[in-house]
Amino acid sequence: MNNAFFKKIDWLVLPLIGMVVAVIIWHILSQTLSKDLPSPAKTWSESRDYVLHPFEKRGEMDQGILRFTWYSLILVAKGYAIALLLATPIGFMLGLSKTFAKAFDPIIQILRPVSPLAWLPLGLVLFLGAGKNASELGALFTIAVCSMWPTVLNTAVGVRAIPQDYLNVAKVLKLSRTKTLFKVLIPATLPYMFTGFRLSLGIAWLVIVAAEMLTGRPGVGGFLWQEYNALNYSHIILCILTIGLVGFVLDRLMSVVERRFKTA
Amino acid sequence: MPYLELNHVSKSFGPASVLKDVNLSVEQGEFVAIVGFSGAGKTTLINLIAGLLKPDTGTVKLNGQVITGPGPDRGMVFQNYSLLPWLSVFENILLAAEAVNPGWPAAQQAAHVEKYIAMVNLTPARDKKPGELSGGMRQRVSVARALAMNPQILLLDEPLSALDALTRATLQDEISRIWSEDKKTVLLITNDPDEGIYLADRIIPLTAGPGATLGASFKVEIPRPRDRKGINHDPHFKQLRREVVEVMLNSKQDRHTAITRKLVLPDIEPEDLSGPRRRSARSAPIRRHEIKEESVEVQP
Repeated sequence: MNNAFFKKIDWLVLPLIGMVVAVIIWHILSQTLSKDLPSPAKTWSESRDYVLHPFEKRGEMDQGILRFTWYSLILVAKGYAIALLLATPIGFMLGLSKTFAKAFDPIIQILRPVSPLAWLPLGLVLFLGAGKNASELGALFTIAVCSMWPTVLNTAVGVRAIPQDYLNVAKVLKLSRTKTLFKVLIPATLPYMFTGFRLSLGIAWLVIVAAEMLTGRPGVGGFLWQEYNALNYSHIILCILTIGLVGFVLDRLMSVVERRFKTA
Repeated sequence: MPYLELNHVSKSFGPASVLKDVNLSVEQGEFVAIVGFSGAGKTTLINLIAGLLKPDTGTVKLNGQVITGPGPDRGMVFQNYSLLPWLSVFENILLAAEAVNPGWPAAQQAAHVEKYIAMVNLTPARDKKPGELSGGMRQRVSVARALAMNPQILLLDEPLSALDALTRATLQDEISRIWSEDKKTVLLITNDPDEGIYLADRIIPLTAGPGATLGASFKVEIPRPRDRKGINHDPHFKQLRREVVEVMLNSKQDRHTAITRKLVLPDIEPEDLSGPRRRSARSAPIRRHEIKEESVEVQP
């Protein structure tokens, strides 16, 4: 095989080699270190029903993997939307007002590193009165609270980084506040905002698993936890791979969107 | 009554005094150029007139009114164009036009903008974004934007300093043409005495900072339209240029800056290489402080 040809297809070949190596290591681990870990072959044979009939619904907690993924994605979309709606204005206020930033920056820095596992019980308590919706609202609360911080901080940084020239233009033209916001501040901050949006989406997807595990909602995370309790270990691996793959696709999609706005 | 008037204006940023006791008066319809070194405070001066900065002492008056903030009555052309990169040429100018004439219907607004795009010869580029334009084109958009505000006075902050010589010459002629067409009051800030003399009715050197102030003003009595090629041989031009440059340079020499610096000399006695080289036991250099003091008294 000549070298130039190999260079051309290495984007495909090298990742494949990497995956094969990972599967081999997995296989060896399942044979030696832990006999309880399902081998790749066993994982496939036990999961093929879920993969080959991805939208089938056999019962509340026994559905095709893409159907579960769809439930999770809807929950994430809702929580993520709430997060963005809250985070963007907060980020703008932090960036525009020094007083506001001084007052609220410490509390943001304290709340930011709190794990979703810690927020979820609080979310459930918050919505105890909602009865049967409590678990969904609690999960949404957790996703929103955990995933908003990157957007808040990136927006704030973006607003602070607006070149003085643009602000001078707004001043010389005596633009109204709304016009300044929509014609100058928001367009100038968009690239930063989208970086924040992308990071937030990644976190929202991380949180979904924890939220579903603890609330027992149908979804990839809920399914994972249920199958752990039912001793179907190969399905855990199926869920992990699905979560990883979906997370990867979401990130790619967001980075495409992000790049579109980078031109500004 | 002068149209634009600066009275004993001073401005400092923290402990650094930038402008000190600046006095200036500009008549209506006059083209005044202010020349100065870079870093002398030219941009500070024009920002004061634009209202982006407030003077520490003294007053800036336009048409008898004290300037308190920025406003569309003063069209500003920024040194670095300051176009909004997410808006097209048309939209950038439209933003300014709408700010000045909020009540106009859209069609009238668009026609107004088109007129100024045509004035700076940019009609083919009307839908391009600033990022797709060359430096000279961007600067022309910036000029068109300022003109579209139909300001009483045009403030040009080193508008051509970032351009190459040829584009610069073209735009100088364009500014000259636009000025002669509607006789606006123009204040041009530049670091190029030639440019100032070529364009202006009056040229005023700004002395070197810190604490810069305006020197005496020189009237440019070269008849218009001025001829770019011929002007270099005009004795009045030559003399004017010499005088302006002299004022600027002298102001720089007046300033003595005292720098105290501690010099640490190496503690090494130079080796004498003139004599025959001896292979001495000592290979390390001789330290000065190790040399024994030796005084030899010579008896007469």
